[in-house]
Amino acid sequence: MSMTPEKDFGTPASPSTQMVNLEIDGFQVIAPAGTSVMRAAASIGIDIPKLCATDSIEPFGSCRLCVVEIKGGRGMPASCTTPIAEGMVVTTQNKKLADVRRGVMELYISDHPLDCLTCAANGDCELQDMAGAVGLREVRYNPAGENHLRAVKDESNPYFTFDPSKCIVCSRCVRACEETQGTFALTIDGRGFDSKVSPSQNQPFMDSECVSCGACVQACPTATLMEKSVIDHGVPEHAIVTTCAYCGVGCSFRAEMKGSQVIRMVPHKDGKANHGHSCVKGRFAFGYATHKDRITKPMIRKSIKDHWQEVSWEEAINYAASELKRIQAEHGKDAIGGITSSRCTNEETYLVQKLIRAGFGNNNVDTCARVCHSPTGYGLKQTFGESSGTQNFDSVMKADVIMVIGANPTDGHPVFGSLMKKRLRQGAKLIVVDPREIDLVRNSPHVKADYHLKLRPSTNVAIINAIAHVVVTENFVDEEFVKFRCDVGSFNKWRNFIADTRHAPEATESITGVPAADIRAAARLYAGAKNGAIYYGLGVTEHSQGSTMVIGIANLAMATGNLGREGVGVNPLRGQNNVQGSCDMGSFPHEYPGYRHVSDKATRELFEKDWGVKLQPEPGLRIPNMFDAASDGSFLGLYVEGEDIAQSDPDIQHVHHALRSMECVIVQDLFLNETAKFAHVFLPGSSFLEKNGTFTNAERRISPVRKVMPPLAGHEDWEITQMLSNALGYPMNYSHPSEIMDEIARLTPTFTGVSFEKIDQLGSIQWPCNEHAPQGTPTMHEETFMRDNGKGLFMLTEFVPTHEKVTQKFPLILTTGRILSQYNVGAQTRRTENNVWHAEDLLEIHPHDAEDRGINDRDWIGIKSRAGETVLRAKISERVQPGVVYTTFHFPESGANVITTDNSDWATNCPEYKVTAVQVAKVSHTSEWQQNYHAFSERQMELLAKE
Amino acid sequence: MHIEKLVSMANDIADFFNAESDKEIAAEGVKKHIQRSWDPRMRKAIVKYYQDSGEGLSPLAADAVKKLMEMG
Repeated sequence: MSMTPEKDFGTPASPSTQMVNLEIDGFQVIAPAGTSVMRAAASIGIDIPKLCATDSIEPFGSCRLCVVEIKGGRGMPASCTTPIAEGMVVTTQNKKLADVRRGVMELYISDHPLDCLTCAANGDCELQDMAGAVGLREVRYNPAGENHLRAVKDESNPYFTFDPSKCIVCSRCVRACEETQGTFALTIDGRGFDSKVSPSQNQPFMDSECVSCGACVQACPTATLMEKSVIDHGVPEHAIVTTCAYCGVGCSFRAEMKGSQVIRMVPHKDGKANHGHSCVKGRFAFGYATHKDRITKPMIRKSIKDHWQEVSWEEAINYAASELKRIQAEHGKDAIGGITSSRCTNEETYLVQKLIRAGFGNNNVDTCARVCHSPTGYGLKQTFGESSGTQNFDSVMKADVIMVIGANPTDGHPVFGSLMKKRLRQGAKLIVVDPREIDLVRNSPHVKADYHLKLRPSTNVAIINAIAHVVVTENFVDEEFVKFRCDVGSFNKWRNFIADTRHAPEATESITGVPAADIRAAARLYAGAKNGAIYYGLGVTEHSQGSTMVIGIANLAMATGNLGREGVGVNPLRGQNNVQGSCDMGSFPHEYPGYRHVSDKATRELFEKDWGVKLQPEPGLRIPNMFDAASDGSFLGLYVEGEDIAQSDPDIQHVHHALRSMECVIVQDLFLNETAKFAHVFLPGSSFLEKNGTFTNAERRISPVRKVMPPLAGHEDWEITQMLSNALGYPMNYSHPSEIMDEIARLTPTFTGVSFEKIDQLGSIQWPCNEHAPQGTPTMHEETFMRDNGKGLFMLTEFVPTHEKVTQKFPLILTTGRILSQYNVGAQTRRTENNVWHAEDLLEIHPHDAEDRGINDRDWIGIKSRAGETVLRAKISERVQPGVVYTTFHFPESGANVITTDNSDWATNCPEYKVTAVQVAKVSHTSEWQQNYHAFSERQMELLAKE
Repeated sequence: MHIEKLVSMANDIADFFNAESDKEIAAEGVKKHIQRSWDPRMRKAIVKYYQDSGEGLSPLAADAVKKLMEMG
């Protein structure tokens, strides 16, 4: 809870295992070879003064404050750039060194405002600390001399200011932008006295390439780069480590507080997913938690045409329970269900599925992973035996060839994207498989894809088969790996299948649009690598063959032996913060926690015994099945926690019809989101800052979520679920989420070693964590796969064209994706300053297609599919290929899902968001759906207002 | 349930298992997938549809639904 700053060792740790002995100020020190003298000293508590050094970036040796003397050596070397050596004898303090340091500091301070008492960094300023450390008592230089004190402050960024009058030109910000973030937006402009930090070409921050990750602010030792929240509210007084609630990277943050007010979110250096880095969302976009739109009182209404009535918690819960009971009494126990979300903690998700299975008495539970990574769960379970990625994020630093398929890490998973870029700058090769030119292809400094396989949307399986065909027919198969680690019978069958000439790159070229030579070259590059790693995203899963593609990726990795060690693997980049966790927790209708099928008698009996209730052996309804059943009149009650199905799900008019058809929709959320506009009960939920629990990120890392402020509506979400369960007559009596985790551990073989106590002790844990792996499992399948026989299974992956055909009427393919500054349905980020970067969804269209239709940049254009029509502004872009248009889906009024269809993955019903045949044309007004949406939405806001 | 959608879903599942040259194994795969992932009301609806006409079901999907029916 204290505000103890994180220890800064000055330079990064050395990965060497060879140890070196030396003496510093008379003390014996042992440190890994390659460690700097500065870091070695810091490791025994000797803090050598420094300004330009910090341990998140490589040493620079510029400030000369960290000079030391080395016995037998010449001069006074900078300790940050001097590596330790065996037998070295170092002196860090003597009069000569002190004089030099005071002289250096005197020069710095001679050109620095002496406004410490009113400075925003007062008490949190390394320059101030160093002035004290070196004993600076006077500045002899004439203050009227030439200086930078009148330099103009740049306040263009919504979250931080840049005050060059306070800059000491240590270059920490420049280096952080390069090394940590990999954006290279900053530089030092000018020479000598004229040297200054310059965003891009001496532009304001907002006009530069800056992505507002905050790395520069974090690195700045003065008040030059400073959070506006600190300027407004002062330096925080305590900090609590918690986990970000945005993407699947799951960054660890210190919530730095004043009382119960979050002053800033600072990336936690010890966070194993992010190592002290952040993106604009996690670092700055937390204001939604206290936004005026938050609803903090429970509400009920009979009909969605009625005004909302604020009621007590007891009344709201009792009303919800009575309605659910009434529906079950009238229409059967299977007439209700629930949806949990990847925005919920593990404990909350576990409790929702328990409520539904044990309290509702059916298996009609699903989660938003249905619409994103359910094919990952299916495909990897079938082939590897476990529904998860195989590596930790750090593994990428040992990859020699990286294949990114249908993912956009720099936008969707920015902190991992930065790590990947670091590895690429070190020389790893890159293959991008994507219909669109993502930043990694050629728009990231010093990063360029070796191959961009710019395929036609919906042809993923044809591509992966073609790559595998090259592997098999050009003798790239890792025969040893296959022989000892895989099911050889399935491999032989697959080998015959994939070797057929119909899978050859030359045969699939007409399907994919990718030149055969490029596919062959990319396949050789991946298969020939010492370590080849595959990273993929929703561009793989959100297809009618999403599961087939995941299986195809798994086949390829097994065939080439790229599994079971660092630097390789199959790595799904999960969308939301807790996609992995929500799936792990048994929120699919056919699986208990730990991915065990509900029909499995032994597992079912385990839960029946623990929960004290008989459970159903049949799978329940998936989300799209719930909508169909609602439209048919056999599904009438729904409890939705944390998911906005009325915006996020495909063919939204069908979803809205289903919601209107239900008799009781209970929404538990922060805001009156799109789904809540169709609801009869609103239960105000809590943000990630208001509750305890855990999130599990894309690398299976279970990280702590800790309450830093009281829930605005009075209850953490798990408590609300518990109240509903008790009102329904199924008792729950947890007093803390740690008890829920204890139950999960008790009932789930891959979690038996997990507890809040151990998470606090280790910081985070990668499951499986059990008697075989008490500290967790960074790399999966090292010795055997998790299937019953321990062998990886090859499966046949025939390419099957999508039903969504391009025709004369619908000649273009619409595909969708994300942008850095907004997050999914935007409920959180739209309520922050992030809107300055992305205030509306646009339709990217290739210049040729635009010209054919007389469309100019920023024109309003109608987009029509077989499902519906909406209107967006045009963005002419060569990032998309001719015949393909692209949009994001962060604003409800955009109606992106009015256009998407109900086509879905064959195995999991994950929607085919990435492929919709459309026509576009210039228009002058919004679509009929948008007009209806606007009217409905306005009316719902009126009904929210007190009568 | 919308039977057209269930037919389409069954056919999509069959399309995947169709890669298997042994059609008995393929039909068993389709059946097992439906059995393990479809809610009973959906299974009941597709079986009834198969009994009524089965029109639109691909041969492999039809074989799988027949197996479902025989399971009872």
